[in-house]
Amino acid sequence: MSDHIVTSYDDDLKELAGKISEMGGRAERLVEDSIAALVRMDMVKASETVEKDTIINSLDQEIEEKAVLTIARRQPMAHDLREIISALRISVDLERIADLGKNIARRTLALEGKKQPKQLVHGIEHMAELALTQLRTVLDAYTGRDDVAAIGVWHKDREVDALYNSLFREFLTYMMEDPRNISFCTHLLFCAKNLERIGDHATNIAETIYYLKTGLPLEDRHFEENEQLDLD
Amino acid sequence: MTDLSVPPAQSTAQMPRDYGLKKRYASEARFKLYGMIAIGMGLLFLTLLFVSIITKGYTAFEQTKIQLSLTLDEKILDPAGTRDPKQLAKAIRYNKIIEPAFYQAIGLDPKDKAQKADRKLAKKIISRGAAIELRDMVLDNPDLIGTTQSVWILASGDVDSFVKGQISRQTDEKRRQIKDKQIAWIDALLDQGIMDKKFNSGLFTFGASSRPETAGIGVAVIGSLFMMGIVLVLALPIGVAASIYLEEFAPKNKWTDLIEVNINNLAAVPSIVFGLLGLAVFINFAGLPRSASIVGGLVLTLMTLPTIIIATRSALKAVPPSIREAALGVGASKTQTIFHHVLPLASPGILTGTIIGLAQALGETAPLLMIGMVAFVKDIPVSPLDPATALPVQIYMWAGAAERAFVERTSAAILILLAFLAIMNISAVLLRRRFERRW
Amino acid sequence: MQDMTPINTAEASERRAIKISAKEVTVHYGAKQALFGVDLDIEENQVTSLIGPSGCGKSTFLRCLNRMNDTIDICSVGGQIRLGDINIYDPKVDVVELRARVGMVFQKPNPFPKSIFENIAYGPRIHGLCRDKSDMEEVVVSSLQKAGLFDEVKDRLDEPGTGLSGGQQQRLCIARAIAVSPEVILMDEPCSALDPIATAKVEELIDELRENYTIVIVTHSMQQAARVSQRTAFFHLGNIVEEGPTEQIFTMPKDQRTQDYITGRFG
Repeated sequence: MSDHIVTSYDDDLKELAGKISEMGGRAERLVEDSIAALVRMDMVKASETVEKDTIINSLDQEIEEKAVLTIARRQPMAHDLREIISALRISVDLERIADLGKNIARRTLALEGKKQPKQLVHGIEHMAELALTQLRTVLDAYTGRDDVAAIGVWHKDREVDALYNSLFREFLTYMMEDPRNISFCTHLLFCAKNLERIGDHATNIAETIYYLKTGLPLEDRHFEENEQLDLD
Repeated sequence: MTDLSVPPAQSTAQMPRDYGLKKRYASEARFKLYGMIAIGMGLLFLTLLFVSIITKGYTAFEQTKIQLSLTLDEKILDPAGTRDPKQLAKAIRYNKIIEPAFYQAIGLDPKDKAQKADRKLAKKIISRGAAIELRDMVLDNPDLIGTTQSVWILASGDVDSFVKGQISRQTDEKRRQIKDKQIAWIDALLDQGIMDKKFNSGLFTFGASSRPETAGIGVAVIGSLFMMGIVLVLALPIGVAASIYLEEFAPKNKWTDLIEVNINNLAAVPSIVFGLLGLAVFINFAGLPRSASIVGGLVLTLMTLPTIIIATRSALKAVPPSIREAALGVGASKTQTIFHHVLPLASPGILTGTIIGLAQALGETAPLLMIGMVAFVKDIPVSPLDPATALPVQIYMWAGAAERAFVERTSAAILILLAFLAIMNISAVLLRRRFERRW
Repeated sequence: MQDMTPINTAEASERRAIKISAKEVTVHYGAKQALFGVDLDIEENQVTSLIGPSGCGKSTFLRCLNRMNDTIDICSVGGQIRLGDINIYDPKVDVVELRARVGMVFQKPNPFPKSIFENIAYGPRIHGLCRDKSDMEEVVVSSLQKAGLFDEVKDRLDEPGTGLSGGQQQRLCIARAIAVSPEVILMDEPCSALDPIATAKVEELIDELRENYTIVIVTHSMQQAARVSQRTAFFHLGNIVEEGPTEQIFTMPKDQRTQDYITGRFG
């Protein structure tokens, strides 16, 4: 797409997109760190991670201000308007993702000194990998304005959901086996739930990217493709 | 690219730059000075002109007159007693009343033969027009016969000039029109208040005359008014109609361009050429009378038309196109648009142009000379077909006359002409302002 | 959900009656061609805005709709423009009658330099729409009311229309156009000389007038087009690049040129 006649308008939009990318990177690292802290029961890292959430919150604030200002100043139309609206929506999603990451780190702190079965943590780690891949892919799709990749992320969310369901059953089994596991497993279950929510937010972002690119909501397309998939 | 251009720009910004301000202000001040000098010169010459005309001319508004108590004896004026105007019109009889009365006033005996030479001299103090003035008075009101009237009668032109100080006492008597004896009488009359300077109403009512004291611009003013009327009645409608057609209806092509160029050129044609045209067409071809104000009016109409057309066209052009669009937009036809909206808006401009054209025509002399309006017309014209002169022509004729008293009359006539022009221009301004306020 | 999508509303609005239908309209100013075969259907009781960069032919097209271009000697119009069931460029069509049916409001407020009353009474008078004085007064008052100007000027109908503020003058011009009961009102950048408040009042008026009149508006302000119109046509280089429901044009234009223009990327 060619540049605006008013170059500072382009600068505004670029700054907004840059802030989203930065926020995405930070949110992704926060989730990674919180999972790493959980897996290794690294309390120091966990508390550091909790701290980092404030940076992301302030980034979210900045993006909102910038977006409002740009709308007020430029009265954006069509693609430009979607660009700004998308930035607003994605920043909200990213802020939620960071919150969920912080939540995992908090639970890590709560688990201090408790013995934990390795397999369960492995399950969480696996799910985290999947959710993080989703997040990474969707952020790349945002940077590249790639609606096809976004649709891919959108479809892949079912895998995250499926994994969560199997983990849920696994945790249930453990808790039934030994009531002493309940407290520990509940914490892990919440972590898993958080990861699943992270996956959902990644899906939201994918929908936003699709809207940004086409101006249409993704749901419509989804129905068509679902039917096609069923036929296959 | 941009990096390269930045450093020199910065360095110049830091150095005090020479903007040549002093030079610029100086040239501005010089230009203002030139303008003021030019205007000053113009005002100076205008003042000089006015001062010279007014100082020379204001005296003509006064005329030396002699108050005599005249007994309008029926035996002299109307021996038959019929009151027949033909009998009453014999001017020589009135002299027989005026002269003895005057001799008595200066202490001469009307019948003493020894004083005959003195009487001859004394007679020259009275204007020969006095008898005619008295006659006209009696003709207007025959009932005056038999009564005694105190009448201010005209003094002769030379006496008038002497009283106004235009003929010097110091001049050698032989070269002086007023002799020493006459001076003695005049001084005596002035002392008694019998001779005095009175407002010269004759200047406005008399026609042409070889005697300055009975010469006036009456005929010229009437002639000029007739011509102005004719110009107004003919040139305004024709000019406005022509410009409306050219400006609004005529297609823009070679022909209309040609017409436009010609109209502009016509405005610059020397006015004497219009006189020649008038002579050839109106007098020689159409057979209209010479010296008549109708011919003068027609010639001046031709001369004024281009001025009016040009003024009207520019006034029409000055009407904003948005008004035309507005009228067309509500569905007015072209004619409605022009007559309901464009013309009223252009009217101040048209009026100004017309009045300026009229003023120009009023001051025009050359074409009138060609059609014989430089004539000696004594009688006030009643219709445009009667012989008449025009104000500027009258000025031209008086300027060539020999008597001292005509000099002041020339200047007075110029003053009157200028007054007419001023009135026309002021009315142009006032009309313009009034119409503009209305819109 | 389905009805909310712009494409579906576009389909819904296409059911409206067509007031003016332009087919293959071409305009030449002497040797220079200004319009290259423009097709446009203008829907009844809708506001259609014509947008595009300067010199794109939108004003030229607007002026074709009531034959204002006739006043320019060198202008020649080709193609067909139908108003209802007449072709307005048919030689049998009377221009004066056409302009009574298709009114126009101009860029600069141009009230006649006459009283407010006269400004509005002029149109009905020349068309002989009013039988007597009270009839005329009624028309003037109702036109002013429809233009939302009556309350502001009711005490000074005898004062000159040129003494009003710019926004009031423009609404006076709209009232003047309404007075002859046109079917279509053409507006050529009606707010470009007005301040934002006056603009808002005129826009509000346009929205109200839509109920009874079909309005075509040329505007340089895309925000204005987005605010007041139901349909938008984008002109570029003497052609219509894209035409459609306003919400679609301003959120998801199909053509890249439209997108570039409305987002400020042109040139």
